[in-house]
Formats: sequence, C-alpha cells, structure tokens
Amino acid sequence: MDFLTVLQILDSTVRLATPLLLACLAGLWSERAGIFDIGLEGKMLAAAFFSAAIAFTAGSVWIGLLAGIAASMVLAGLHGAASITFRGNQLISGVAINFLAAGLTVVIAQTWFQQGGRTPQLPSDARFANVELPGAATRIRDIAQQGPLGQIYSELISGHSIIVYAALLIVPLTWWALYRTRFGLRLRAVGENPAAVDTAGISVVGLRYAAVMIAGVLCGLAGAYLATALNAGFVKDMSAGRGFIALAALIFAKWRPWYALSACLLFGFFDAVGNRFQNIQLGELVVPVQFMQALPYILVVIVLAGLVGKAIPPRAGGEPYVKER
Amino acid sequence: MTTPAPAIELKGISKAFGPVQANKDISMSVARGTIHGIVGENGAGKSTLMSILYGFYKADRGEIFINGKPTPIPDSQAAIRAGIGMVHQHFKLVENFTVVENVILGAEDGALLTPSIAKARKLLTELSEEYGLKVDPDAIIEDLSVGHQQRVEILKQLYRHADILILDEPTGVLTPSEADQLFRILERLKEEGKTIILITHKLREIMEITDTVSVMRRGEMTNTVRTADTSPAELAEMMVGRKVLLRVEKAPAQPGDVVLKVDNLRVVRGGVERLKGVSFEIRAGEILGIAGVAGNGQTELLEVLGGMIPAQGGSVTLHNEAIDLTGKHSDGQTRRARGIGHVPEDRQDEGLIMAFEAWENVAFGYHKDPKFNSGMLMNHAAIKADCADKMARYDVRPPNPRLPARNFSGGNQQKIVVAREMDRAPDLLLVGQPTRGVDIGAIEFIHSQIIALRDQGKAILLVSVELDEIMGLSDRIAVMFDGKLMGERLPSETNENELGLLMAGVTDTRTEGAA
Repeated sequence: MDFLTVLQILDSTVRLATPLLLACLAGLWSERAGIFDIGLEGKMLAAAFFSAAIAFTAGSVWIGLLAGIAASMVLAGLHGAASITFRGNQLISGVAINFLAAGLTVVIAQTWFQQGGRTPQLPSDARFANVELPGAATRIRDIAQQGPLGQIYSELISGHSIIVYAALLIVPLTWWALYRTRFGLRLRAVGENPAAVDTAGISVVGLRYAAVMIAGVLCGLAGAYLATALNAGFVKDMSAGRGFIALAALIFAKWRPWYALSACLLFGFFDAVGNRFQNIQLGELVVPVQFMQALPYILVVIVLAGLVGKAIPPRAGGEPYVKER
Repeated sequence: MTTPAPAIELKGISKAFGPVQANKDISMSVARGTIHGIVGENGAGKSTLMSILYGFYKADRGEIFINGKPTPIPDSQAAIRAGIGMVHQHFKLVENFTVVENVILGAEDGALLTPSIAKARKLLTELSEEYGLKVDPDAIIEDLSVGHQQRVEILKQLYRHADILILDEPTGVLTPSEADQLFRILERLKEEGKTIILITHKLREIMEITDTVSVMRRGEMTNTVRTADTSPAELAEMMVGRKVLLRVEKAPAQPGDVVLKVDNLRVVRGGVERLKGVSFEIRAGEILGIAGVAGNGQTELLEVLGGMIPAQGGSVTLHNEAIDLTGKHSDGQTRRARGIGHVPEDRQDEGLIMAFEAWENVAFGYHKDPKFNSGMLMNHAAIKADCADKMARYDVRPPNPRLPARNFSGGNQQKIVVAREMDRAPDLLLVGQPTRGVDIGAIEFIHSQIIALRDQGKAILLVSVELDEIMGLSDRIAVMFDGKLMGERLPSETNENELGLLMAGVTDTRTEGAA
C-alpha cells in the first residue's frame, strides 16, 4: 500500500467521520444537560431530506442547509416539549422521533418528487462544493507528483466541503463553551444536579431547552452534510444508523468533546476501510463485500464492549426535573 | 436606624397544596442579628414556610417584609437579591464540581469563567478565614465529608451576600463534633450581624443555640417564645399538643441466658472489609446499643444478621444453635422463622414497598404463615383483618389497611414496620435507626414498644446514629468504628463526650469516661 493510498483512506475517514462528529457533539450538548437523545438519527434523517428537497427546489445549497437545520430543530423542539415541559420518558420520545422521521421523509419525498421516496439528483449548485485551499493540487495526477507534505496538504487537508471544516471547528468551540463560559458551567450543572441550579435561581427548563436546540442545529448540519455534500440527494434511510454510532462514540468519549473527535475519527476510519477494501481475496477465500460493509458496525460493538472501561453518564441524565416539596 | 426593623417579618402567610392547608395565616418576626428556631413535627409546615421565604413556592396569601420593606419573593432569584440564603437539608451541590465552581454557580460575574473563578477563590479564602469555615476551594465536593459539604453550602450563601440564613435540619447528617463546629460557626455569623433561622426537630439544639423559638403544629404557628423562658418539655408539649415523655422510662434490665452470640464476624462488600472481626453477645431481656457514625459497618452488621448479605467469616449462634451465614438457608425468611425480627435502617427501601398497600406490607416476610393462607391462595381477608388489628394496637394513622405505604407519614410508616416485626415477639429483634425522621410523638411510642419487648425477656440489638437514643434505651453500649467494636460501656458510666471520641476512633478515654 503506497503513501497516497493511505492518505486517500484518511481523507475518506475525515469525510465519513464528519456526520458522526456533528451528531456526536449534538448528543454531547443534549446529554450534558441531562436530556438523553436517541433521536439523533431521526433528526439527521429529517435534515437530510429537507436540505436536499429545498436545495433542489430553490437551487441554492445554503437555503437547503437552513431548511435542514430548521427541520431538525422542529424535531428537537418536540423532544424538548415531551421530555422537559411534559416530563415524559426521554428514550420513548427519541424512538418516536426516529420513527416519525423515517416514515415522514419517504412519504413527503414521494408526494413531492414521485421518484420512489427519494429526491432527484442534486445539480452542482444545490450541493456543497469542495473547498480547494490555496496552492493545493486537485487532480490525482498532479498530487502524485508532489512530495509527502504536499500530498498531505492537497489530498488530506484540502478539498473538503465547508461543513467538514466547520465540524472540526465546533470541537474546540464546544470544549471552550462547556468549560470556559458561565453558560457551560450552568449547563453541565443542570445535567448533574438540576436542583442545585434551581436553588441558585437559574431556570432549569431554559438551560435544557437551549441544550436541546443546540443539538438540533448540529444534527441539522450533520443531515445536510449527508444529503448535499457526501451524497447528491436524499435516499430512504440514508442516515444508516449513524445517529446510533454517534451515540456509541459519545459513550466511548465519555461525554467529552476532544475524545468525541477521536472516537468519531476511529469509527469513520473503520467505515473508510470497509468502503475501500471490498471483496478481498485471501487465497481461495473471498471475503464478501457484505462483511466489509458490516465491519464498521461490528468494530463499534467490539470497541464499546472491550475498550470503554467505566463510562459515567451525567448523573441527572434521563430524569425529568421535578421540584421537590 | 433608630429603632431597627426586624430582619424578617411575615404577615398572614397561607399556602395550600390541593386540599392540604400547609400554612395557615402565619405571622412571624425575627430580629436582626439573632438566631431563631422553628420546631414542629414532620408535616407541620416548617419547610413549606421556609420554601415560601426562599421563593421556591409562592404563597397564596400574605406579605413578606425584609428589613421593614415589603418584599415580594416570586422566585429564588428575588430571595437571593433580598439577601436570603438557604442551606437545604439535602445539599444542593453538584457533586463532581469543585468547591469554587459550586460557589459561583448562578452568581458568576460575567460570561467567561476564568475571572469569576479567580475572584471567587480569593473571596473564599477571605470568607473562610473570617468565619472559620476552612475548605479547599479546589476540592471536588464528593471527596469532602458531609460536614465540609455543609460548609460549602454556607460559603455559597455568604458569597451571595446573604444576610439572612435559613438552615433546614442542618445537624441531621452530622456527627456530634461536626454539629458543635457548625454551632460555633453559626454563633460567629450571628456576631457579624447575620440573622439565622434554624429549622430542627431536635429540642436540645434549640435550647443550645437559639435566642427565640417558634412552634408550628398542623400548618399553624402556635407559639413564639424566648428560648431562655422555655424548656424542652414545654416545647415538646407545644409541638405535639399533649404532654410528651422526653426521657425513656424503664426499669433496670434483668438479663437471662445468652440469646445471640456473635464471634469474629467478617463481611466484605465491594472489595472493602466492612466488618473486621466483630464479637459480642446479647442476653434475654437486654438491649445492646451500637453507636457510631453512619458507614462504619453498622449497616452490614444488621444486614448480615438479618440474612440479607452473606458473611465471609466468623460464626453466629442463636440459643447456642449455629446460624447458616452463607448457605441456602441464609435469607430473611429463614431468619424470621428462627425468631429473628428485623426493623431495617431504611424503611422506604428495605422495610416497605412504597407502592403496595399497608395490609400487603404487614404480611411481607410472614406471608407463608398458615393463617394468612387458605390452600394455595392467600387469604386476603385474614391479612387485612390482621393489619387492621395491628394498626389499632400500634396507633397507625390513618388506620386504613388499603392505603399505599407511601401515603403514610414517616412516623406511621415506621409504625407499620415495627408492628410487623415486633408483634410476633421475636426472640431477637434487630432494629436500625428506629426513629430516623420520625415525630416526637411516634418516637415516644416506638421507644416504649422496644422497652416492652425487652421486658418480655427478648434480646434486642439497637443500631442508631442518635446518641440520645442509644443512651436512653440501651442496657449496654458498644461503639462501632471502621468495622470494629471499640469496647463496651454502661450507659450509667459513660457520657456523650466519651462516646463521641470512641465514634471518632479514639480509644484512650477510659480515665476521662470513668471519672
């Protein structure tokens, strides 16, 4: 395997890790405030559909992006209403959101576009173009001519969509907001002991809604990236369990931003390897492509079961806050 | 100011939760720079009243004056602005945050944390020196002792410039020496001009530290008196509405044969050795009291004797017959069949099933008794009749067998457990914290039942963190520290100081104690 192949796998790792990372950070914000969110998958899917559909209709990827974020935030608001205002069960609300998104996206897509529950192929101005950083070579033939540093720059660092760079920037931003600002202190406190926040005269409900809505925005970005950057349109169930893998990454990362980045890159790497090496020939034995596609999911299970150690979730996670008498 | 206005004045405060009138037309006035006590039984409305003052609830009617000015308090933020701070019975701290993070939470100076924390750290050092509240600002809360956590709560209020400090049952979780330290801090705060409201049901504390005291009963404030002009007996009578025996009256014990013999008992739980070779015996007609700070192995002692957990070593005999400590006959039901009754420490988790009705709870552990069964089916009518009978004799209120356990007050829940475990007159009764969170009236009743059982010639093992209770009931006292018994004392030959030292693991007290 030559150096350029390795770089291509890493390049693909970054692309595939981006939706995971955004969803994982969404989960991090929500769960750090004490609201479990297994509806990441559904919010991503809804955002994927609406971003693709509106981008196609309006002919602008940016309007599509806003529509995707809005769709995700509506579902986040629903989750907030169910679990914060009405103190319902957060897991059930999340499951409901996943089902709602899985069903509604296909039904609406069929009604609008009549293409079997998908959106039409997006033209290039309805998609996020890759950002070519200054001085980077774009054609594979030119890249192959460069030295190792040049290859890293051109192949790995340059040439991603704007959302990839945004996602990477959100990691330090999340860390900073959580650990260096008043808002973050209060948000983490509300996930650990909401009674302490309430007696300090701060609104538990307000903080939790803020966290859930931030999760909505990040899931919206993740979904829009899937449909308008990684792919060229929406297809049924295109989130393909990424919301759940993001949750696994969140546990693996023990609810910490930088660890979340590492975990998502690891899972993205599994995905990239699975995509790259299909039908591997081992002597007489051919490893079937299905196995290679299942590999990332299998590895997630192995990593979670074997490597996590003790992961302690935020202590008030999953529990609606009721003022005690 | 020529004639200083009272720091707090409440006028006609009323609050109802549905049909329950928690506070009825309450008026109260507390002078600046004094310590004011509020006593009353559970459910008398003390906590509700203080929650109204702290803005946790909104009163239906009434006015609040702070320093003479009418001050509406719609939420906790308003209370904090008015200079009111509250230290709750269950601390409102984020356990995996540091002290300084907890102190600034909600009182940060700006959107960024770093300057707030730097300022708070400096101020904390000053405050802790000024009031003798030593705490490491960077310690994590869950690594601190309960007493230190309480200091953090007090510091939190001082950091918010609280002039009026409300403390709800502050000594319930403290050791005697921690409670003494707290009182010294409170006196210091009083000298600095702070006004303190102390809610407690411990009359000794009221007498020791307050200047004035108000008594609440059934949502009403029945009396306010100067502490110097009253006595514990008078306060108890005002709280309960009748004369109450504060001291347990009992005849000297007449010990018979050895009932329970425990030899070198060892228990390991969670990889930690909780009982490190405990030996003692209890005779018929005798109460052995085990004192100690919670968490020194008393819980494990009760649980292993009650058949809830296995032992890793040692032996236990009942009437000279060995008890199976690890095998398949090591469970609560077999123990009960052998004549061991068990009133567990935690009535809500171990003594009762809160969602089940009283009659069901009364049958637990004895549900295989033939008189509760007819053939393969349970005889509900018999159990309910038995429950009604026990409720009448043990004065459980309301005497309704169909009421779920959670709808009874703490004292009446405890009476249900006591009725179940004591009514069969077991040869050995294990009792853990019999009066934790129980009203004065119910304490008197439960204590008299324990004495009555002793006088029937039964052996009783009493575990309690309340020294008063241990001193009042026990015929012999053993102190538990770090999984070991620190020797025995007779109640007549010891005092709270000596027991307090033993509870802290100091053994060399014989000279002082015997003097």
